Amino acid sequence: MQGMMIARAKELLQDGTVNRVLGWQAGEFVYDITPAVFETAEELDGKFVYNAFCGNNLSKYLIKETKKDGKVLVFLKPCDTYSFNQLLTEHRFDREKVYAIGIPCDGKTSGEMVKSKGLSGITGIDEDGDTLTVHTIYEDKSFNRDELLEERCRSCKSKKHVAYDELIGEDGEVLDSNRFDMVAKLEAMTPDERFAFWRSQLSKCIRCNACRNVCPACSCEKCVFDNPESGIAQKAAADSFEENMFHIIRAFHVAGRCTDCGECSRVCPQNIPLHLLNRKFIKDIDELYGDYQAGAEVGSRAPLVNYTEGDVEPSIVYHREGK
Amino acid sequence: MPEVNAYKPKIVAFCCNWCSYAGADLAGTNRLNYPADVKIIRVPCSCRVNPMFILRAFQRGADGVILCGCHPGDCHYTTGNYYARRRMTLLFSMLDYLGIEKERTRVEWVSAAEGAKFAQTMNDFVSTVAALGENKRLEDLRCKE
Amino acid sequence: MQKIGVFVCWCGSNIAGTVDVQAVSDALAKEPGVVYSTNYQYMCSEAGQNLIKDAIKEYGLTGVVICSCSPRMHEATFRKAVASVGLNPYMLEVANVREQCSWIHKDKAVATEKAIILGRAAIAKVQLNAPLQAGESPVVKRALVIGGGIAGIQTALDIAEAGFDVDIVEKTPTIGGKMAQIDKTFPTLDCASCIVTPKMVDCSQNEKIHIYSYSEVEDVKGFVGNFTVKIKKKARYVDENKCTGCGDCTTKCPMKNVPNEFNLGLDNRRAIYIPFAQAVPKVATIDPNYCNMLKNGKCGVCAKVCSAGAIDYKQQDQFIEEKYGAIVVATGYNPIKLDKFEEFGYALSKDVVTSLELERLMNAAGPTGGTLLRPSDGKHPHTIVFVQCVGSRDTSGCGKPYCSKICCMYTAKHAMLIREKYPDTDVYVFYIDVRTPGKNFDEFYRRAVEQYGVHYIKGMVGKVAPRADGKLMVQASDLLANEQLHIEADLVVLAAAIEPDKSARHLATMLTASMDTNDFFTEAHPKLRPVESPTAGIFLSGVCQGPKDIPETVSQASAAAAKVIGLLVKDKLTTNPCVAHSNELMCNGCSTCERVCPYGAITYIEKEFRMPDRTTQVRRVASVNPAVCQGCGACTVACPSGAMDLNGFSNSQIMAEVDAICQK
Repeated sequence: MQGMMIARAKELLQDGTVNRVLGWQAGEFVYDITPAVFETAEELDGKFVYNAFCGNNLSKYLIKETKKDGKVLVFLKPCDTYSFNQLLTEHRFDREKVYAIGIPCDGKTSGEMVKSKGLSGITGIDEDGDTLTVHTIYEDKSFNRDELLEERCRSCKSKKHVAYDELIGEDGEVLDSNRFDMVAKLEAMTPDERFAFWRSQLSKCIRCNACRNVCPACSCEKCVFDNPESGIAQKAAADSFEENMFHIIRAFHVAGRCTDCGECSRVCPQNIPLHLLNRKFIKDIDELYGDYQAGAEVGSRAPLVNYTEGDVEPSIVYHREGK
Repeated sequence: MPEVNAYKPKIVAFCCNWCSYAGADLAGTNRLNYPADVKIIRVPCSCRVNPMFILRAFQRGADGVILCGCHPGDCHYTTGNYYARRRMTLLFSMLDYLGIEKERTRVEWVSAAEGAKFAQTMNDFVSTVAALGENKRLEDLRCKE
Repeated sequence: MQKIGVFVCWCGSNIAGTVDVQAVSDALAKEPGVVYSTNYQYMCSEAGQNLIKDAIKEYGLTGVVICSCSPRMHEATFRKAVASVGLNPYMLEVANVREQCSWIHKDKAVATEKAIILGRAAIAKVQLNAPLQAGESPVVKRALVIGGGIAGIQTALDIAEAGFDVDIVEKTPTIGGKMAQIDKTFPTLDCASCIVTPKMVDCSQNEKIHIYSYSEVEDVKGFVGNFTVKIKKKARYVDENKCTGCGDCTTKCPMKNVPNEFNLGLDNRRAIYIPFAQAVPKVATIDPNYCNMLKNGKCGVCAKVCSAGAIDYKQQDQFIEEKYGAIVVATGYNPIKLDKFEEFGYALSKDVVTSLELERLMNAAGPTGGTLLRPSDGKHPHTIVFVQCVGSRDTSGCGKPYCSKICCMYTAKHAMLIREKYPDTDVYVFYIDVRTPGKNFDEFYRRAVEQYGVHYIKGMVGKVAPRADGKLMVQASDLLANEQLHIEADLVVLAAAIEPDKSARHLATMLTASMDTNDFFTEAHPKLRPVESPTAGIFLSGVCQGPKDIPETVSQASAAAAKVIGLLVKDKLTTNPCVAHSNELMCNGCSTCERVCPYGAITYIEKEFRMPDRTTQVRRVASVNPAVCQGCGACTVACPSGAMDLNGFSNSQIMAEVDAICQK
């Protein structure tokens, strides 16, 4: 796949369709993948990678990239295409300045996931169908893909690309995922248990802002948390209130716009399951206002800027089943 | 038997200018009692109330926050309360999900003619919140003495 | 830091009875920024107002807090007072210590404590108040009426009567609308043409009224008092100024088989046509879909017979741009399509007709010259079945959930007219309910039943099946007698539901006027502002707002005209300064705010920004039109970046109030 992508990228650079390529490259360690821009065939050959570590959603980078001259080529995994559409819906970049190639994704893993299997000195990863082979300086070890998948990929919502100019490989289908199971489990707990759960999670927050910085929906020119005028600006999780506040407001600001790409949880250095906050909103929206998938189509009206006269009353919160 | 130092909850009530604020005025005109723990903030429309305001109130020591607006369909701005309704439903659901007592937040639709409903709502809300006691789960210790 | 004056009103004993006003003014004097604090018996009295004015002058106050009755009572009074001595009126806040404090609490200590907190909140807010200027915008003294049916005609005539210029844009070649197609009107049974055509003539002769017939609204920009509208005058291939309406061309044109829409396709017209004899303007129009000359350049008969030389095959669509102060929507309705109602056999038999088709079949100027004949064989029908509520009050999804309102009455009219003219016919009416509220309406319906012997049967028709001999087999249930009926009918008339004209939704988007789920325009307030759209400067007339009969339509049309006149007599509009505004540096241009704005006050502009590194960047940012914004604040919460804020109720002001209330 990586070879086909590089070849196609070179063609598009060559014929002038684009003048740079947004893709992935490895950092200091092979599993430390970072988004990168490549401008020449040599750079592509030397650095461009696409493997099971390339979980990063590239769509958000288009906001900055499209401000530059010329057209940029971007590779989009199915879940990234939803963010891509959502950003288009919000006029965050110029579609004309992007050439999007949809690429298949069978689920991604992470350095941490691999390390949790007792491996160290990781030097590479290969995919062959459902087998992932991890190379280390000591050995090569094969795994069934499911063993190594990140949580968000185990509950993948869609293998279908909702936006692209061309596809490499086959397009998939929207999946029947079990992604709300954990939310439902939390809902079934008592408020005390839920409070304890979230305290134990959110108290880990170090306010590094990684979740916000990676989130394609958090693409404000100036974030309210950085703006002293907003009245909620804060730089540190100095108090339990602020830990809560930051995550509640962040989840609320992306409610109805979050495509559930799961980047927030992927990048959290404290492993807080932040996607469970966003998924709660998504689940509520689906249940209360009808199924809605942000980014499924460009121009759709997000649930929080929409209404019906017969919407449920907020008091439903008191009467719902559960505790 | 009035208790000395009985716990008094702090309640912030956001009221839309056109219906609920007028309803509160009517409760006053009709001398309908409700606890002084309730303090009203006038906003043009229920859709002006940002979730930030509600969290801010809890941070600063409020024990309960209630939002009152025109009945759905009667919004002075035609659609404001429909948006408020969705926002608050989701916000309250999220607070509940985080284990924060859901009874501390409420939305009520009170028309300009419903002075009695306003007073009744406030009486009811204050006693509900008083029964919960002080807001501990969404407090900011730095804002308390 | 503001220099704030606090004025605590006793309101006689209304406040002072339960609130220790001295304690309140003393406590508030200690608040930051307060340089003067006093109390007085009646702040709203002249003496009280003077007290405020003097203090402003003496202490150089920049902000004023009044602790008194509800701001809904006297905020305007106090604002005027402070403005009279040069303080910006929006630098004043009222703490409501009467309705929301002294009147509801009995314990003086409790009420006093609360009054102090309410005063503090108002002081905290005033600290952050900024002077606001009410803007002014000029009013263009010309109105646009979209739609030339009876609603549009009446509105235009009334506005013109008051001395203002009005333009009517009508998409068909003539004004007159549905009313011109109707035979008689209920409950008086006078001839519709006889009352509508003189009004059409009035319109054409009124020098204040200009009719753009065969024209459509292409684009609308601007806001109340100052709309710019682009009108497309479709090519009719006839010079309106030369055509005398003699009609020679319409009899010589060789294309004879064009369905005549004025008669709902019950007969044919030519490719060049004048819709009906009393059309206004009485000018021929060439139908480009049928004209041979336009399609393949062969013919030219009409040009040859036209002695006025009015035919112009080269005519192009014309675009006219005009400014208006107010726009009236009068786009009317159409009966729904009946394809989904297969059970009634509308598509199977020519003798199953809609009520509007029946109007034409009974009209003296209609295809049958006013004799009621079956469309299939031209024979007199002897048994006629009317089916009510075809597609109305229908929640199955095929029809409309609402009541079309006019069908009960026109069906009674039809039944009565038929029984009167042809006493040998049997007339059955199947109904769910008969709804006849309205002056002389129920009496009218009772006459149909009691005097004219129309058989009213409560029940729904299940099936209409055409038989080979031309009869229509009607299967129905009589709910009251609880039996199945089989009627051999010669003619079946369907009271089709009415729906807003299809063009209305597109128009609503252009006007940023809101619509309900049925595509009826929404009124600014369902009870108190029923002829205005929530979008300022847009008014509603006739069925575009909801089903109506003629008298109601005319009342609404005149009411809309009165509202328009009320707007146009003003030279300038004062705008509410408590409106939203966007901080362009923070705006993402994401359109979220635009979607929740009920007034269409938000537009987007591409703006160039200088970046810190001296480069420039073009960004899409929101821009609020203060003349259109009503200040609800929906956008401020929708905005994720907090770029959108509201004058007078800013985020920081409200949070300052929250803080003041919650502090110990």
